[in-house]
Amino acid sequence: MIRTSGPLVEVAELTVRYGAATALDRVSLTVGVGELVALVGPNGAGKSTLVDTLSGILVPASGSVTVRGRLAHVPEGRQVFGDLSVEDNLRLGGWRIGERDTAAVYAVLPALTELRRRRAGLLSGGEQQMVAVGRALMSRPDVLVIDELSLGLAPLVVADLVRHLRELNAWRGVAVLLIEQNARLALDLCSRAYVLEAGRIVAEGTSAELAASSLVSDAYLGGVVVDGE
Amino acid sequence: MANELAGYVITGLGTGCGFALVGSGLVAIYRVTRVVNFAQGTFAVIGAMCASSLLSVLPHGIAEPLAVLAVALVGLLVGFVAIGRPGTTPQAALIVTLGLAIFAYAVVVLVWGDQPRSFAGVPGAVTVLDGRVQSHYLLVIGVTVPVFAGMALFFGHTDLGRALTACASNPYAARVIGIDVRRMGLLAFAIGGALGALAGVLLTPVQQITFDSDVTLIVNGFAAAVLGGLTRPAVTLAGGLLLGVTQALVAGYGNAAHQTEIALGLMLAVMIGRAARRPAALEEPT
Ligand SMILES: Nc1ncnc2c1ncn2[C@@H]1O[C@H](COP(=O)(O)OP(=O)(O)OP(=O)(O)O)[C@@H](O)[C@H]1O
Ligand SMILES: [Mg+2]
Repeated sequence: MIRTSGPLVEVAELTVRYGAATALDRVSLTVGVGELVALVGPNGAGKSTLVDTLSGILVPASGSVTVRGRLAHVPEGRQVFGDLSVEDNLRLGGWRIGERDTAAVYAVLPALTELRRRRAGLLSGGEQQMVAVGRALMSRPDVLVIDELSLGLAPLVVADLVRHLRELNAWRGVAVLLIEQNARLALDLCSRAYVLEAGRIVAEGTSAELAASSLVSDAYLGGVVVDGE
Repeated sequence: MANELAGYVITGLGTGCGFALVGSGLVAIYRVTRVVNFAQGTFAVIGAMCASSLLSVLPHGIAEPLAVLAVALVGLLVGFVAIGRPGTTPQAALIVTLGLAIFAYAVVVLVWGDQPRSFAGVPGAVTVLDGRVQSHYLLVIGVTVPVFAGMALFFGHTDLGRALTACASNPYAARVIGIDVRRMGLLAFAIGGALGALAGVLLTPVQQITFDSDVTLIVNGFAAAVLGGLTRPAVTLAGGLLLGVTQALVAGYGNAAHQTEIALGLMLAVMIGRAARRPAALEEPT
């Protein structure tokens, strides 16, 4: 764990474009050391764009991204190396820092142990998500950015993953930035949250505040029935 | 009759090693970039030509490795042109390599002329099972087998090899975990250049090389590599050897004019047979 003066992740006035289309418009956001932060928003809001910019895959048009420590990214749709074994997937996760020892990851995610020789592409969705999380953990991150934890997974599998995240946070102080369609789950797990819509942050606050606000409860927590228009 | 057979088989294995090396270069590049490199035969030709020039000033054993290194650089250059620009699709890159292969004819003819070239290899002949074989074929086999073993170890059991494989398996995920996909692609082209050149350098003492020898080499190398789904070095070696031996036998006992067609026909039969046995969806690289 690192000690820093500022927050672990600091995004300031970030604008990202795809050609002429603006996907993120002056977005600001922070994740503190050991903090659990949620980012919710509808499809196409720019959540994945933000995550890809955080891990350096996309380049900002303006604004800044500061990461004080190691950031690992669990990409949307799991994105395991399908041709390779689970063990090789994990090892590749340590590429950036030259880490080869997978034992610590199996200790955190014991379900992966018996899958270690299996080809990752042939695993179930939940198992692949576990591999993607394990692969990210191999780089011994200070902050884990997870793009869509629950997408397409059965509730029991999600609950299991959430438990692992809580443990990682409590035992190792790993901070988490969680992108989730399931706002209830996100607000439940995280202490703070941001709401992103059409490339802009439209609300932010503690999870309790946001859960109580009509903006979030109406749009994301099923507070009202969608009208017939 | 029996003594002829052993000779043909060993000659065929030697030629097959050359095909397999060309094929393995294709595999090295395809595994990492998903680009079919049509300039692969060109690497062999340039390697052979470079070696023939270097041999006029340098001794054997130094000139050949230097030629291989030089063509690794040529491979890097081809890589830069083919995949250097971010966002190039493998299909576009394939066309670029085809263009470069044709362009290379002009360069090779300009620098080395259009006459066949050769240089001396391991001198003499040995007797194997009562058959006489040029000793050089044994060198070809003796170099190729460890090269393939090394490739298998490299791709399957080293961090760098795994990272190279990861680039083709899922380029986006490779970037997510911090692998520089473009750099890995360039490295693959350099490896491909070296493997192609090795084929050219090894084969030239037993088979003259001209500027357009790349066609035979790429056709046979491609056939060998396709057998292994363009991703498996071990199957590529088997395919190359099968092609080489078949051609030597056809040429020895039958009609040398049709050796390539017959060998490629056999390859096609093997591939159709394999496809019938196994659904294509399950044929994934390892
Ligand atoms: N490669 C791309 N080229 C052009 N536009 C893109 C590209 N990727 C995303 N976009 C656009 O940018 C906007 C934000 O997309 P992004 O994937 O970040 O949304 P998201 O919030 O992650 O959505 P989802 O919940 O569906 O995953 C969308 O309008 C999308 O169409
Ligand atoms: Mg997304």
